[in-house]
Amino acid sequence: MTLRKLVTLELAYRKLNFLLAVAAIAAAAATFLLTGALLKSNDLGTEAMVTAKVEETGREMDRLEDEMRKSMKGLGFNIYVFPEGQDLGEVHDQGYASKTMPEEYVDRLANSKVVTINHLLPALTRKLLWPESKRTIILIGIRGEVPLAHRNPMEPLIDPVKRGSIVLGSELHQSLGFKEGDKLSLMGREFTVSKCHPERGSKDDITAWINLAEVQEMLDQRGLINQIQALECNCTTVDRLAEIRKDLLAILPGVEIIEVGSQALARAEARMQAGVTAARQLASIKAHRTQLRAKLESLAELVLPLVALMGVAAVGVLTLLNVRERTPEIGLFLAIGVQSRTLLAAFLLKAVATGLAGVLLGVPAAALVLTALRGTLFHNHGISQLVTPSQVAAIVILLPVFAAMAAWLPSFWASRREPAEILRHD
Amino acid sequence: MTDALLQISALEKRYPTKWGGPVLALCGIDLTLRRGDFLALRGPSGCGKTTLLHCVGALLRPDGGKVLIDGIDPYALGSSARSAFRAAKVGFVFQNFHLVPYLSVLDNVMLCALAGGPRSHLETQARDLLEKFRLSHRLRHRPSELSVGEQQRVALVRAVAGGAKLILADEPTGNLDAENGGILLDQLAAFAADGGAVLMVTHDPAASDRAGHRRNMQDGRLTAATNDSDAN
Ligand SMILES: Nc1ncnc2c1ncn2[C@@H]1O[C@H](COP(=O)(O)OP(=O)(O)OP(=O)(O)O)[C@@H](O)[C@H]1O
Ligand SMILES: [Mg+2]
Repeated sequence: MTLRKLVTLELAYRKLNFLLAVAAIAAAAATFLLTGALLKSNDLGTEAMVTAKVEETGREMDRLEDEMRKSMKGLGFNIYVFPEGQDLGEVHDQGYASKTMPEEYVDRLANSKVVTINHLLPALTRKLLWPESKRTIILIGIRGEVPLAHRNPMEPLIDPVKRGSIVLGSELHQSLGFKEGDKLSLMGREFTVSKCHPERGSKDDITAWINLAEVQEMLDQRGLINQIQALECNCTTVDRLAEIRKDLLAILPGVEIIEVGSQALARAEARMQAGVTAARQLASIKAHRTQLRAKLESLAELVLPLVALMGVAAVGVLTLLNVRERTPEIGLFLAIGVQSRTLLAAFLLKAVATGLAGVLLGVPAAALVLTALRGTLFHNHGISQLVTPSQVAAIVILLPVFAAMAAWLPSFWASRREPAEILRHD
Repeated sequence: MTDALLQISALEKRYPTKWGGPVLALCGIDLTLRRGDFLALRGPSGCGKTTLLHCVGALLRPDGGKVLIDGIDPYALGSSARSAFRAAKVGFVFQNFHLVPYLSVLDNVMLCALAGGPRSHLETQARDLLEKFRLSHRLRHRPSELSVGEQQRVALVRAVAGGAKLILADEPTGNLDAENGGILLDQLAAFAADGGAVLMVTHDPAASDRAGHRRNMQDGRLTAATNDSDAN
């Protein structure tokens, strides 16, 4: 007769008590695994959503980048060429370059074979006091488009201002009361107003345009200009400014080149914006999923201790019922000299066996539920993704220990009973 | 008194009660049993018979006096050692048999192994004893499958299987018919004749007549037997 045999035979004899305790442990085991699986499934779902969003964003950014390349090529862009040694800070500050360069530069460009340039507009710009009207104006001498030698014929972009004609910005013609056809005098020269621009809300409103040659004469800067505007340049690469600089500097060494706002730039801007929006969406997805996980976690925090408590309570109560039912047996064992600790060991061994049986039932039960609800509750994740071997190992070890702990109190009480007290009631 | 198996002197036991004073269950019991003695103890209900058996059987610490079994005072031992002592020296037989329902006859007899008794040869010994008590055809049966007479005989085999020389029997024939009671008493007598000692509590005059010695008990004291042939 051994302890193991005693425990085994007793288990088989009082099946109902044993099965109820096993069911309680199995429920605890399955709940533990399923709760963990639910959390894991949520995490995997989040991961997948984030990965998908990142991939989608990446694709979208690539698409935008690609589009941008195409648009940059198709749309063209505008540059300014300033004289050698010109401080660009000054250009941004006062709106024009104070240094000058030979007007012949524009012809050199026009006659070169730079394919990246489409329209060339030379100009000489100065801010000065209009002595006759006592007004500060911006005076721009323009020559109109310089035809490109290798690309004739070209439609002219801007009407050239003829000699003796003047074009006025809105502020000027409105405040001074000029209209088209009026005659006026500027620095001692007579001009006929050929055009009055409507209001543009920019420096153009205080600008007067006249023929380039006349400005050169009036300012005593014959054959000089201070800027060349090149419109709708085309480039094949994304780093177009570098490309065009290379081309232009080969012809006009030392000049300063800057790019001004274009549609292509706006598109690049949009692409940036798309990236920012995607990042914001990603953050929102993450925040939402984190919230969901927190909810699941708090549910788990509620359910797990409850189930554990119920399991422990069930095992404790069932053990108490069992040892009470076995009172005469316990009296006999103690009377014939079985040690209290041997009895305690028998009860705890039974509890551990119950725990093991519960786990053995609970783990496959959890697996069944996982398989059955795979599509609905677990986002189609497989068991191996949701349950780790260490989790199974943990409950295989911990639940029998918990069962033994739950059985401890009634077992201890039973093993310490007075046999004389029990047997007296025979 | 070299062959004295049990010596009791001035044994006293009081039960404290919640209402009123303590119950004096034993007051000054003196008794000696030698190997070969079979003593029947009679007395009215509540006179302290079971209390005496428990005190003698190292189950219930007396409040005064001394118990010596084989010259050893079990109450001088720690509780664990006393358990081991019980296993080795004392066999109990109860009115209700106290067989473990889920164990076979053989396993019930071999329960003493759980009490730290000898394990080697235990099964052979148990089989031999069951054979002697004419139970060998019942080895694998559960107690519920036996007649009450057979159940009590199994209980007796269990009491002696651990090697005990002193048997304490509380109303062993109380649940048996005359025939089965007779068989059990024969076996108790045979055990005593074999060099053991039996202290049997009984209400049954027939049972007490089978014993070699008889004592009466009244209010926690031993008195002369009605049909006196005192063992002391
Ligand atoms: N645990 C206890 N607490 C209080 N009184 C007790 C206790 N155990 C026994 N008694 C009392 O001690 C006395 C002796 O009891 P005991 O059981 O020894 O009697 P008994 O002779 O065996 O009786 P019966 O023939 O009915 O079995 C009784 O009066 C009983 O009420
Ligand atoms: Mg009694």
